[in-house]
Amino acid sequence: MTVVLETIDLAKRFSGIIAANNISLQIAKGARHALIGPNGAGKTTLINLLTGVLRPTGGRILLDGEDITNLPTHKRVRLGIVRTFQINQLFSELTPLETIGLAVSERRGQGLDWWRIVGSRSDLVTEVVEILERFHLTDVIDKRTAVLPYGKQRLLEIAVAIACRPRVLLLDEPAAGVPEDERHEILAAVAALPNDVSVLLIEHDMDIVFSFADRISVLVNGALFVEGSPEEVANDARVKAVYLGEEAVDA
Amino acid sequence: MTPPPSTIRAATEWLSARARWHPLEIVFWLAAFAAIYLLPDSHLILTEIAWLGLFALSLDLILGYAGIISLGHAAFFGFGAYTAALLAKHEIINEPVLALLVAGFAAMALGFVTSFLVLRGSDLTRLMVTLGVALLLRELANRYGWLTGGADGLQGVIIKPVLGMFRFDMFGHTGYIYCLTVLFFLFLIARRLVNSPFGLSLMSVKGNPLRSSAIGISVDARLVAIYTVAAGYAGIAGALLAQTTAFASLEVFSFDRSADLLLVLIIGGAGYLYGGLIGAIIFKFMQDYLSVLTPQYWPFWIGLVLVVIVLVGRDRITSWTAPFRRVAARLNWQALARRVAASSTERH
Amino acid sequence: MLTILFDGIAYGMLLFVLASGLAVTLGLMNFVNLAHGAFAMAGGYVTVVLVNRLGVPFLASLPLAFLVSAILGIILERTLYVHVYKKPHLDQVLFTIGLVFMSVAAVDYVMGSSQVFARIPSVLQGQFIVFGIGVGRYRLLIIVICGLLTVGLQFILSGTRFGSRLRAAVDDQRVASGLGINVNRVFAFTFAFGSGLAGLGGALGVEILGLDPTFPLKFMIYFLIVVTVGGTSSITGPFLASLLLGIGDVAGKYYVPTLGTFVIYTIMIVVLIWRPQGLFSRAASR
Repeated sequence: MTVVLETIDLAKRFSGIIAANNISLQIAKGARHALIGPNGAGKTTLINLLTGVLRPTGGRILLDGEDITNLPTHKRVRLGIVRTFQINQLFSELTPLETIGLAVSERRGQGLDWWRIVGSRSDLVTEVVEILERFHLTDVIDKRTAVLPYGKQRLLEIAVAIACRPRVLLLDEPAAGVPEDERHEILAAVAALPNDVSVLLIEHDMDIVFSFADRISVLVNGALFVEGSPEEVANDARVKAVYLGEEAVDA
Repeated sequence: MTPPPSTIRAATEWLSARARWHPLEIVFWLAAFAAIYLLPDSHLILTEIAWLGLFALSLDLILGYAGIISLGHAAFFGFGAYTAALLAKHEIINEPVLALLVAGFAAMALGFVTSFLVLRGSDLTRLMVTLGVALLLRELANRYGWLTGGADGLQGVIIKPVLGMFRFDMFGHTGYIYCLTVLFFLFLIARRLVNSPFGLSLMSVKGNPLRSSAIGISVDARLVAIYTVAAGYAGIAGALLAQTTAFASLEVFSFDRSADLLLVLIIGGAGYLYGGLIGAIIFKFMQDYLSVLTPQYWPFWIGLVLVVIVLVGRDRITSWTAPFRRVAARLNWQALARRVAASSTERH
Repeated sequence: MLTILFDGIAYGMLLFVLASGLAVTLGLMNFVNLAHGAFAMAGGYVTVVLVNRLGVPFLASLPLAFLVSAILGIILERTLYVHVYKKPHLDQVLFTIGLVFMSVAAVDYVMGSSQVFARIPSVLQGQFIVFGIGVGRYRLLIIVICGLLTVGLQFILSGTRFGSRLRAAVDDQRVASGLGINVNRVFAFTFAFGSGLAGLGGALGVEILGLDPTFPLKFMIYFLIVVTVGGTSSITGPFLASLLLGIGDVAGKYYVPTLGTFVIYTIMIVVLIWRPQGLFSRAASR
């Protein structure tokens, strides 16, 4: 297995609170890797560290063996590390067409083009419409993002990430807050991701996790607790103990 | 699985919709140029409206499109004004258009250098820093009176004819044509810019900087770029003032100027390029009217206007232009032509 | 040299009293009130009118200056400011700039545009020499009054129930009102108190800073420097920033007169680049 993204003793401390405790995680190329853990375990913090939104207080991050620990967020995106946000982070005044158009245009290095009119490159427009079709967004293609139903916004959130042609995709609870009847579209989109894209998925819904993942890491209190294949993790007594409290509350 | 060509055509149209020239825009510019011949008695005030409109346009670029609140945009205005005035006074560059370009580049350089100050920090920090830079320049201009003329202003400035041919006159005829041409040219460039992929990225940075960096946009670099361009525009506006009045004084850096500018842009509405121009027209006529009524206390009325605008709500104020924009959309000539062509083929 | 230090400290403490209200309003309501100087101006003019025209003793006029400014603050807060709290920062800036313009023009109309002075009692004039340092009596009074106010403020904030309600409301409005704290009343009272302090500072400052209708505009930048450099998460931050500014300004004008206020602006810009959240605030690191 080739490792595409790995962390070595990654740590983050917020004046007294240890949010990430010497995490050494490896994501394989083409992986369908899930990250689970109780609330507050530090899963989103880890994503923020991997993408450069937070600077670590210790440890390193390597992409294909290159040290990217001190790279700013936008440079990591250019190298292929893309994430989605747990709470939608979209451009409320732009339409899905413009949003995806922007992402594709930036990816193609045309973001600094100040003379061309938006939409005058037909190959770019074709690619944008293709992506929108794939995510079933063509019926709202020209509506302001702010007026879209939540499920569509969530699909747009994933579509934007895909438009960046990621090598490593970090999905932060993609189905969170989506009503039951709109979930299957999200799940189908996640399942249809290209095979060469390595995916790290954070999820709470165990059905999604076990149907999606070929490898699961469990994060508790900022530290890696248990790692292994879905069967190993499902049968691990320690994991059950950690989750037993949560399940009792849910039930 | 390529999408059907009709969808792609529709998408292309939607994307470039912002960039299409509305009929009202054409009417606006035709009227502006027609005023050269139709309103010769008003050329002096029209000249002021022209460079004020350019100044407000430059603020719109950073405030309306990039979301940077500046209380010190007069810094670049004044820098351009003094550059142009000094170039003329010491006969370093005798041709006004050339001097204008130099002043613009000087202001751009200043903008570039100070742009790093507005990248970090909250809205309040940006306010402070921009205000501080403008006040600093005013202080510098005050201290170095041997160069700038100090509190009395720069005297003895003589502006040579534009392009060696068109002499500046007392009635503002040359002045208006000169300023309007410069304004129109720079407006065209700005219009292209905001409707480009770069312009779209600015809007995204203003709306959600976190998301922008998450799709690979370097937020800092974009802000530096637009801040620099806006500074250049402001500097050219200042140079136009200096050239059409053959004078420059400390007051070009003053807080009053930056504050008035905010009002000008807000009256017209920020974020669609014409707000600064419309605001300049309204502001100048308002100023003219009020300073006849109460020559000393007209800042009171300006303050009142500001308070009322905010209390009523900026959205409700700019919504008065919405009916015009709707009519303009319906009057889209291309759509009209297509419909006409379609209906004529039906009939035959 | 120590005289300069003394004068600088007096100036700094005066600035602190003037700006403390702004620091609290900004930290509390996240509201950028550029018109803060107008309340200071009001207090200054109250004292001038009372002392010069009505013969009220100077020291007696000080509490009245505080009161008038505080009442003015409550009236404006309840009628106008309250509508602008939730608006974006740009709107708050425009609104308060509008108020400044209105107040400057109004005072110009009513009181005339020339600088005014207040007659200070002769016991406060002049200076006495202590260990070879010239200690101005008026400045000593300022240091005493402002020092007491600072200590009082600190006590109110950390030692009283009102103080803890205020700090709770600053930390999290929704939680505070959920706990039964009447956030609106806390805001109104704090705003009034801050305006009153500004008025008191304005009254004290007539002699040192000079008073004319353009006061709010001239000193706006100083107040803003105090709150941005000092941060808004404590009282000590603005206090130290005011001292720094006061000493810096006086020393700068004395030692480097050709540069004068230039120095202040440069210091401010440098500080803001280095630590945008303020020199002394306890902002969390990224």
